[in-house]
Amino acid sequence: IWSDTRTVYVANRFPQHDHYIPQKFADNRIISSKYTVWNFIPKNLFEQFRRIANFYFLIIFLVQLMIDTPTSPVTSGLPLFFVITVTAIKQGFEDWLRHKADNEVNGAPVYVVRSGGLVQTRSKNIRVGDIVRVAKDETFPADLVLLSSDRREGTCHVTTASLDGETNLKTHSAVPETAISQSVSSLEAIVAVIECHQPEADLYRFVGRITVNHCEEEIVRPLGPENLLLRGARLKNTKEIFGVAVYTGMETKMALNYKSKSQKRSAVEKSMNTFLMIYLVILLFEAVLSTILKYAWQAEEKWDEPWYNQKTEQERNSSKILKFISDFLAFLVLYNFIIPISLYVTVEMQKFLGSFFIGWDLDLYHEESDQKAQVNTSDLNEELGQVEYVFTDKTGTLTENEMQFRECSINGVKYQEINGKLVPEGMAEDLPDAVDSNLVNNLTWAYFPTRPKSSEEDILFLKAVSLCHTVQISYDQADGLGDRQANGILHQMEYYASSPDEKALVEATKRIGVTFNGNNGETMSITSFGKLEIYKLLHILEFDANRRRMSVILQTPSGEKMLFTKGAESSILPYTKTGEIDKTRMHVDELALKGLRTLVIACRHFTPEEYIEIDRRLHEARTALQQREERLADVFSYIEKDFELLGAVGVEDKLQEKVQETIEALRMAGIKVWVLTGDKHETAVSVSLSCGHFHRTMNILELVQQKSDSECAVQLRRLDKRIKEDHVIQHGLVVDGASLSLALRQHEKLFMDVCRNCSAVLCCRMAPLQKAKVVRLLKTSPEKPITLAIGDGANDVSMIQEAHVGIGIMGKEGRQAVRNSDYAIARFKFLSKLLLVHGHFYYIRIATLVQYFFYKNVCFITPQFLYQFFCLFSQQTLYDSVYLTLYNICFTSLPILVYSLFEQLVHPHVLQNKPALYRDISKNALLSCKPFLYWTLLGFCHAFVFFFGSYLLMGEDTSLMGNGQMFGNWTFGTLVFTIMVITVTLKLALETHFWTWMNHFVTWGSIAFYFIFSLFYGGIIWPFLHTQDMYFVFVQLLSSGSAWFAIILIVITCLFPDVIKSVFYRHLQPTNTQKTQLNRNGIGISCLDSMCCFSDGEKACAPVGRMLDRMIGRCSPTRVGRSWSTSDPYYSNDRSILTLSQVEATPC
Amino acid sequence: MKKDNKPDNTAFTQQRLPAWQPVLSVGIVLPLFFIIGLAFIGIGIGLLITSNNIQEFEEEYTGIGDNSNCYICANNATANCKCTLNFTIAQPIQGSVFMYYGLTNYYQNHQKYLSSRDDQQLAGETYYLKNPSQSCKPYQMDINNNPIAPCGSIANSFFNDAFALYYNNQGFLDEVKLDGSAIAWWTDHNVKFSNPSQTGSNLSQIFEGTVKPINWSKPVYNLDVNNPDNNGFINEDFLVWMRTAALPDFRKLYRRISGNYSSFMPSGNYTLEITYNYPVKDLPGKKKVIFSTVSWMGGKNQFLGIAYLVFGSLCFVMGFILLIVYAKYQNVEDNDD
Repeated sequence: IWSDTRTVYVANRFPQHDHYIPQKFADNRIISSKYTVWNFIPKNLFEQFRRIANFYFLIIFLVQLMIDTPTSPVTSGLPLFFVITVTAIKQGFEDWLRHKADNEVNGAPVYVVRSGGLVQTRSKNIRVGDIVRVAKDETFPADLVLLSSDRREGTCHVTTASLDGETNLKTHSAVPETAISQSVSSLEAIVAVIECHQPEADLYRFVGRITVNHCEEEIVRPLGPENLLLRGARLKNTKEIFGVAVYTGMETKMALNYKSKSQKRSAVEKSMNTFLMIYLVILLFEAVLSTILKYAWQAEEKWDEPWYNQKTEQERNSSKILKFISDFLAFLVLYNFIIPISLYVTVEMQKFLGSFFIGWDLDLYHEESDQKAQVNTSDLNEELGQVEYVFTDKTGTLTENEMQFRECSINGVKYQEINGKLVPEGMAEDLPDAVDSNLVNNLTWAYFPTRPKSSEEDILFLKAVSLCHTVQISYDQADGLGDRQANGILHQMEYYASSPDEKALVEATKRIGVTFNGNNGETMSITSFGKLEIYKLLHILEFDANRRRMSVILQTPSGEKMLFTKGAESSILPYTKTGEIDKTRMHVDELALKGLRTLVIACRHFTPEEYIEIDRRLHEARTALQQREERLADVFSYIEKDFELLGAVGVEDKLQEKVQETIEALRMAGIKVWVLTGDKHETAVSVSLSCGHFHRTMNILELVQQKSDSECAVQLRRLDKRIKEDHVIQHGLVVDGASLSLALRQHEKLFMDVCRNCSAVLCCRMAPLQKAKVVRLLKTSPEKPITLAIGDGANDVSMIQEAHVGIGIMGKEGRQAVRNSDYAIARFKFLSKLLLVHGHFYYIRIATLVQYFFYKNVCFITPQFLYQFFCLFSQQTLYDSVYLTLYNICFTSLPILVYSLFEQLVHPHVLQNKPALYRDISKNALLSCKPFLYWTLLGFCHAFVFFFGSYLLMGEDTSLMGNGQMFGNWTFGTLVFTIMVITVTLKLALETHFWTWMNHFVTWGSIAFYFIFSLFYGGIIWPFLHTQDMYFVFVQLLSSGSAWFAIILIVITCLFPDVIKSVFYRHLQPTNTQKTQLNRNGIGISCLDSMCCFSDGEKACAPVGRMLDRMIGRCSPTRVGRSWSTSDPYYSNDRSILTLSQVEATPC
Repeated sequence: MKKDNKPDNTAFTQQRLPAWQPVLSVGIVLPLFFIIGLAFIGIGIGLLITSNNIQEFEEEYTGIGDNSNCYICANNATANCKCTLNFTIAQPIQGSVFMYYGLTNYYQNHQKYLSSRDDQQLAGETYYLKNPSQSCKPYQMDINNNPIAPCGSIANSFFNDAFALYYNNQGFLDEVKLDGSAIAWWTDHNVKFSNPSQTGSNLSQIFEGTVKPINWSKPVYNLDVNNPDNNGFINEDFLVWMRTAALPDFRKLYRRISGNYSSFMPSGNYTLEITYNYPVKDLPGKKKVIFSTVSWMGGKNQFLGIAYLVFGSLCFVMGFILLIVYAKYQNVEDNDD
């Protein structure tokens, strides 16, 4: 009918007229794999060559194939092949795993009703329209519309834990017309058509209708999410169900939800690409320069074609322009190794392997819930070390999301819950009598009509609380609800709720005396002070984030139709007509001030006429196929008004442990923490204070309840002035959602100025999208800070996806945040280790890796460039082809990889205890312009030293061997290459601070491998090779004493300035990290004992140190290091710690 | 609850691997500088002394300038033009003396030149003898399409000056014996290069069907008339030439002085008789002969000794600077804290 709906004929009974064209649907295969055996190679290659670096090398390779270049195509072909193969193997393996999982899923046995019987088939064979049988505890193989269950009313229970992590039981129901068909034969007889919208990813949205031919008439029933059983969900508490498949395979909501997310790129990757471009420019420059110089040189014929080096006829006759171009390309090929080919593959391997450390970390493991940290993308590891802003959700992130009912306000009187009794506030708790009397009072409300007015209202309030929810009950031996009720054994039951607030409230009313017994889809039963009452459940107006309330419409035992609603005070109080509105509002504010989450409860009585009207409208809206949401919203707002206020409840949400310390640590690390919450202003502020986000010495500025644009601007300017006047004290800012949107609309810049100057910002009353908006605002502000968002609920997803790094808390509110996050942790307190330790590690590792890669390739290729000045720019390579090929993939690849997996500048404990060390690496410090220039220049300097050192040695051209024989050009190249391999490896050794056995192994191993390989390579006449240039060259080189002396001298010369530089900097301007290194392991190093900082050397040079000390005459006991240990409390309640220097004094 | 997900508590997973954590502080570097400085100065002195003990004597014979003996030969392209060069050795040379020839401005390292050879032909593979590689162009085949052996530019430009040395012993010339063996790498001579073998044929038969390189006066199997074993691809002069030099100014080992003068060359006048064939005037290059003794470190090479001395002293100077800085700025740092 509409193009955006699909029509499903139940049991594939298609209409029997001619012009019916069956719709095509996907089959029920789940394909999470990317490749098949056939398309793996082309598809994978295509994807890899979309990468700019790979593509570049492919071009170089093709150029080498096409034109006559100095190096063989193998030199760039082999590394490219290596890189491509490694990546392809990795991706192929991952895909193989996916294939295996897919096959398992697709081959699972299922039962389908076909040709009059129950047929077992494979999951992948299910077609849209098939009737599928699912038994208890099985998962649904496709998205099914429930037709019938073993229960008469056609309901069943499911858990969607694997979809959204919600562990509560959800009731799904069938339409009554199909619910009666509980056997295969009767199902066969059903003639029904389902129309529903096309597949979409939203798990909680399903709009459709079913037309059933029932007793010769067509009955149309609406279908909603409660009729749809999602693939991946599990059947519970129900023997079996029958359902008709409406979405299959890749069109199921589960499959649609596993689509890949948008790629986030880390700051390091961005700098890496910039560096790549710079090097590309250097490469082009070198090639152009060489080409020009070549032609300048060749202008004279005696250089162009001396008698000993005649050209072929072909060369003489070829066109000048063509020659020029091919010369340019040849130079390009000659110097192309300046772009590090294996950089990307190494980075990828580093990220992939390195990310395991997060999951392995015991400190990030939560014992109680048996959850370890989870890495969803390893692309952002290093970004964890760069965070400048943390945006955190409050509920479930800072708090446990374990609600505890604390206080309530009923009809203008405030009560506290004490030992399962409601005690009016003001009644002293230390007076047991009063409690007793109250207890009596409480109990007597129900039975003694002496205080009819108050008791009725109180009980109505309690009933409202115990009825207005969507809590489910689960029993240990779950059969049906009916049996359980009959038994009357109620204490074994457990409440399951999607919202912890509801659970807390229902449990609280149970303690007080109004027990919710269960809900069987049509009725709800409660036991009110011993009296069983059955309410008929007419409608549920589900909670949504826009209305911020939910309602139920019930028929009371007395036959009256009434509505109970509960929700945020801002979404109920404006619609209230009667009741103690002012008092309640005051109480709500008071409760919020105590940090409690507040909910307001109200009710509305309907006259029979009113109800009929409401029922009609609701039915209409619910069956609408188009704009159902909008229509429902209209109807809801029509229904939810004219409330009678009953009261308010305050629920406490316990703070998670160590939240305060964590926030403190983040702040000391220079990270600004913003709390974004949907809670109301007072609640938010009080939680903020209790979790240390705000503290007492802070001047708290407010930007709340701004009604108009101009008002907002005035207030912002006032705040701005305030901050500028008073910059000694720290400021905290509170903004609410409405004011925020005003501020963002017109005064973004001003608002940002204010925010930047505040050390803590709290945004309350935020809608989910607003959270994302705030994140985006900061992300795109001129400084482009790195943002991190952390949250646990579905409402945090947008913010998690928006921020540079998104972290999900594996909390109680489902797994949506976890699924959409980049990293997931169990508790907020783990954030400090994740950022301060892991982030720090990953950042220094990858930053050094990137710099080092460029450095080593500059070292590699610059001598080649310099050599052109001595060989008439004839494109002669300095090194042999094999060395050119293997330099990046064998000789220098492993040490940097191992370094980038294990390096630790400072011990993890130290990093965690001294958050200020995080500042040393902030703002991408190790990849900024200066370090990049330093590394690049260093590379060039080293290359000059290698080349001219060797040149000076050989340049006088005396024999270097004891037998008077001479070396040739290949020996010269090998000498440069040997020096280079050693220097480059040792340079990394100098950078390494953390020498595990693996570092030793690969560092010395690489050098040894180079020697062994060269001996082997030069020791054999290689068959199939045209040239034997390298035969015995290496052995001859090593047989020369002068060469050895030259190698030692040049290597040390290269490293010497670097050592001096780092020593001077370390001594004169040590960074905090360096100070800490001296101080590590709690060894107080006094005076010149620091000469012997590493423990091995301590004994050896301590006497020298003492001697020098005496000589210089400065050694006093006070200098002895103030050592700190990990057991020291590094946080204190004294807030003044914040104003102290964040890094302790470092002796010496 | 089962703790299925609990990570292993091993040193590896917890990043607690035992590790040596050196810190490059002044304390370590300072003694290091002094040690290295001392060691290098010592080595430098040793190297310099060794180098200074080596005697080296160089004579140019290009033949530029009218008063030069070889002027006529240099400007007159007759083959085997002879000229003589007289020189005096002031100090007697102790030890075995090596004789080199040197060329300047000669680019053996030009890419086209360098690749213009066929290692398979030179290794004595019969097929390649008659079918030289394309890389030898333009000296792959001659005009009549006969294969050139040895092919290529390098072989074609083989240095073909010859030298004879005489000691002017009180008026009469005593020939100084020159030994041309073991001037090329042993491996080149014995493994990398070899003549094509064919049982029962001598070299000239084996090379039948090939032509000599265009610039050569003698075929390859007839390079050394005196020593039949020193012919073909394994002729040592040829091998020396084929080991292409890295830089445009280079020397190649020509002969070792043997016979009566092998361990001692007395001071006095010598006469070098040059068979002048090799044109370098247009390059424009120079030709020279060098007599040199060698030590374990090779020929005279001041660079290493000086470099070691300079670097050693630099280490010392830096060490002192560092010490001063260390002593002086200690307090500043403390105050910072």
